[in-house]
Amino acid sequence: MPPDRPRSARLVLVAVTSLAILSAVAFMTLDAKGPWSFILTHRGIRLAALITVAYAIAVSTVLFQTLTGNRILTPAVMGFDALFLLLQTSLVAALGGAGAGAIDPRLLFSVECLAMVGLSGLLFRLLFRGEGRNLPLVVLSGLLFGALFRSLSSFLQRVMDPNDFLVLQGRAFASFNVVDPSLIGVAALLAIAATIIVLPRLAELDVLVLGRDRATGLGVDTARLSAIVFAVVAVLVSASTALVGPTTFFGLLVANLAYLLIPSAQHAKVLPVAIGLAIVTLVGGQMLLERVLGFGTALSIVIDFVGGVTFLLILFRSGRR
Amino acid sequence: MTVPPRPLLLGTLLIATALLAAASLLIGGGYAWSDVLTLEGDGALILAASRVPRTLALLLSGAGLAVSGILMQMIARNRFVEPSTAGTVESASLGILLTLLLMPGAPVVVRMLVAALVALAGSALFLMLIARLPLGSVLMVPLVGIMLGGIFDAATSFLAYRFDLLQSLGAFGSGDFSIVLRGRYEFLWIIAGLVAVAYATATRFTILGMGEAVAVGVGLDYRRLVVFGLIIVSVVTAAVVVTVGAVPFVGLIVPNVVSLFLGDDLRRSLPVVATGGAVLVLASDVVGRIVIAPYEIPVGTIMGVVGSLGFLTLIFWRRGHAA
Repeated sequence: MPPDRPRSARLVLVAVTSLAILSAVAFMTLDAKGPWSFILTHRGIRLAALITVAYAIAVSTVLFQTLTGNRILTPAVMGFDALFLLLQTSLVAALGGAGAGAIDPRLLFSVECLAMVGLSGLLFRLLFRGEGRNLPLVVLSGLLFGALFRSLSSFLQRVMDPNDFLVLQGRAFASFNVVDPSLIGVAALLAIAATIIVLPRLAELDVLVLGRDRATGLGVDTARLSAIVFAVVAVLVSASTALVGPTTFFGLLVANLAYLLIPSAQHAKVLPVAIGLAIVTLVGGQMLLERVLGFGTALSIVIDFVGGVTFLLILFRSGRR
Repeated sequence: MTVPPRPLLLGTLLIATALLAAASLLIGGGYAWSDVLTLEGDGALILAASRVPRTLALLLSGAGLAVSGILMQMIARNRFVEPSTAGTVESASLGILLTLLLMPGAPVVVRMLVAALVALAGSALFLMLIARLPLGSVLMVPLVGIMLGGIFDAATSFLAYRFDLLQSLGAFGSGDFSIVLRGRYEFLWIIAGLVAVAYATATRFTILGMGEAVAVGVGLDYRRLVVFGLIIVSVVTAAVVVTVGAVPFVGLIVPNVVSLFLGDDLRRSLPVVATGGAVLVLASDVVGRIVIAPYEIPVGTIMGVVGSLGFLTLIFWRRGHAA
């Protein structure tokens, strides 16, 4: 262990932050053909969306992993993204395309967020029922629930009226390339609200890393803390999924990279680095693939590949210890 | 619990198969009964060119996938393994994509053979990975398989994206039997042969399921038998994926349910497993054709719902009983 760890943590943060700023600037300015006023607004909206998503996924993943006490489970691996998609699909199926189209998308999104907090809470209870120590069981059933939700969504999409499907298509098939601009404001607001709720509790979260029993022994109201943090996670997942669709391995990748760079359990140190890394990966990766390599929509595929390999590596390493 | 005897079980399943096959022949428009009876006119054409091939394809794929599942379970010695949780299906898709890229004009035989080869390599990689798994939960094995499949999938999507083949990729993504016509499914007959071979060698696979030590102890060539089993599984999977696309979880649900009644003696259970697979896939297809008639829901989607629910029930139920 190097003795100058505090300074190196700061160094990492500075490096990651400057990289993040660099990729944002490159994203805005590189390969610009056309009037700046158009480019800056057009790209600005996408940049805002990508940064919001990076923020939401990084924070929700790190918090979720603290809550569950491991580094392999993420909300996306547990099927939360797929649950949100299913929620969107069933809402449109129930209201009908015209009905869903007539409602303000922001109102609809708020309803979906609320339902998401409730439903994902139920799913979480079901998966961690009883002991919750059997990690492979939890991961596998999370993956299977994800598969179930995805199949149910595509089942509903087949059954629904083609006109309703068109409405859904406009809302539910967002990706890194096609962000839904109507929701950026709400999503950013939610992210800020989440920060305000979580910031004063960072110290308690640090204690929670020691384990639930010890945290309780040290005077943390773990049940209350878990409930609050869990609601925050569910809302953040809703926000990111509404903006860019499901991202199975992105959170896993970013969070584990942050743990690797910052050998500390302090959330005040890990969270900013994770957020910075998420921005670098998302904005920088998108910029590189789109403008330098010419593979516009491939970012999610690349993340899936690298994320899958990372997941296997963690799985094998964690078992060996 | 009283266990129904095997003849009763097999008999029930065979009757169900016959009824479902009849339903599959008759559901859908364009039919006049007189045409069928006289074997003339449009009705007879529809029957011979579309309905009969589709029904046969369903029977063969269902039986083949269920048998592949139980073979994989014996080879990997894990109840939760089947072609779609061992990277086999995904590597077969990768193989098909490779043929589309490198030999665009290749006949279906070549496509299937390459798919089978890549599937064989993918499944072998899976077996090597799980052999290195630190001792732990049995659930780690399907977890590794699903992740490996995901990695193959990402590789396939990237190649398809890079070379503008995403649309063709979508065609073999999710199992759909509506594309089966006379002249486009005959390959699946290879499954009938492979299932027969599996039945002839069933006892060996039963012993394989008891572990390497037992298999070697009774004088079996362990490695050769594993490779032999993997070849059967890979060819069946490749044939199904090439012809209709991926149909997940059949090989998981059926053998597990059957083993509740008949245990793990493959000589006894294999015919029941094969028939059960045919019933499950036929029933999914018939339901998919009825729900939003005259449109269809592909078998892959229905099996995705039914299969993941079944798998979840299985792991929670097994935990309650085995632990």
